[in-house]
Amino acid sequence: MFRQYLCEICGHIYDEALGAPQEGIAPGTRWEDVPDSWVCPDCGVTKSDFGLCES
Amino acid sequence: MKPLIIVGTGLAGYTLAREYRKREPNVPLVLLTDDDGAFYSKPRLSNAFKDGKSADQLLQMPADEMAKQLNATILTGVCVSMIDPQANTLLVDGQTLAWSKLVLACGANPVRLPLAGDAVDQVLSVNNRLDYASFREALIGKRSVVLLGAGLIGCEFANDLAGHGFAVTVVDCAPHPLGRLLPVEGGAALQKRLEQAGVRFRLGSSIARVDRSAASLKLTLDDASVLDADMVLSAVGLTPRAELATAAGLAVQRGIVTDQMLQTSHPDIYALGDVVQIDGWVLPFVLPLMAQARALAATLSGQPTPVHYPAFPVTVKTPACPTVICPPALGIDGQWLNKTLPDGWRGEYRSTGGELHGFALMGETAIRDRLLLAKQIKDWLPVLPHLSTTECLPA
Repeated sequence: MFRQYLCEICGHIYDEALGAPQEGIAPGTRWEDVPDSWVCPDCGVTKSDFGLCES
Repeated sequence: MKPLIIVGTGLAGYTLAREYRKREPNVPLVLLTDDDGAFYSKPRLSNAFKDGKSADQLLQMPADEMAKQLNATILTGVCVSMIDPQANTLLVDGQTLAWSKLVLACGANPVRLPLAGDAVDQVLSVNNRLDYASFREALIGKRSVVLLGAGLIGCEFANDLAGHGFAVTVVDCAPHPLGRLLPVEGGAALQKRLEQAGVRFRLGSSIARVDRSAASLKLTLDDASVLDADMVLSAVGLTPRAELATAAGLAVQRGIVTDQMLQTSHPDIYALGDVVQIDGWVLPFVLPLMAQARALAATLSGQPTPVHYPAFPVTVKTPACPTVICPPALGIDGQWLNKTLPDGWRGEYRSTGGELHGFALMGETAIRDRLLLAKQIKDWLPVLPHLSTTECLPA
């Protein structure tokens, strides 16, 4: 099952199913496999400012 | 074709440009800025020290690359001296630029306290990447820092610097940290955790003077007591940069007055972000800014869209006490219901009927409920009935 992670600063959602193709992250990329250098495409914060969405 | 012109390339200006380009790939777009126009993450400024980041490392994309990505013209280091609201033009470094629509995303300046003394010029503020560069440089070789202001930014800096061995003292006239956002129990809980992390507080006090002394700086408080510090950092709030709008005759109170479409008193001029006042509010936070940028992009591409302000939980980046606050709108009659947890504190602001209007969560256990609670809160600033029939973007 794919999970979603929420940027706690600006509300952007990283969806593992969709990845972030524009930044070179393929659909299906697990959060732990997203490089630490990746930043929120909307507000620029790092992975540590994201939290798991538990719905 | 006259371009859409955006004044300002902070998070507000660039987010709007990005959202606008998703809808209008080809309409001419011009952005103007008095700085270098680089895109950087403003929310990181107040805790970038822990990541060991220099100002250059915070730069994520220089202006020329932003221009390519946005298919826009970006004029950096320019000064907009005047808006002509009759001719729909701007005066930029002596040159006249015409616009079809104008968006003011000029942000806000740090408030400067009226201090006396011969070292007032040594008081720093950090409100952009270049300020951050000066701040990093000024910290070299220093040991002690006094922070003016125990608000969000003050607490974040205090935690960040104390974690790096600086002796940090926070001075605020409020009785507890985050005085405007938290009830006394929550503020006390945060204060305790920050104190355990090494931060000292001088609350209910204010600074009257900053003078040079032989070794460093000497701060005199209103009760005549004295604090020595190597550096003074001020974080006492922001004031909208609305001078251009005022001079152009637009309605300005605390910020540029807009309606729920972010339209100013001029039909072709809009504003968003820290510079805006809506329904009496200035909202210098990231989440409302994002909601504004998405709605305004739609409005500017011909789909008038009022801004929805869903409950916006604000993350306070204080690792000593992870904190999320969703402030209740002013004027809601209710009270804080508090609960102390083994690793933190939780407060819910409920009306007399029991409806949830705001919350504050501290510690790892409490903050897990942030999304669950945020979903229970109605739109923070409801869209007026006569606007709500328009197509709106999902929250």
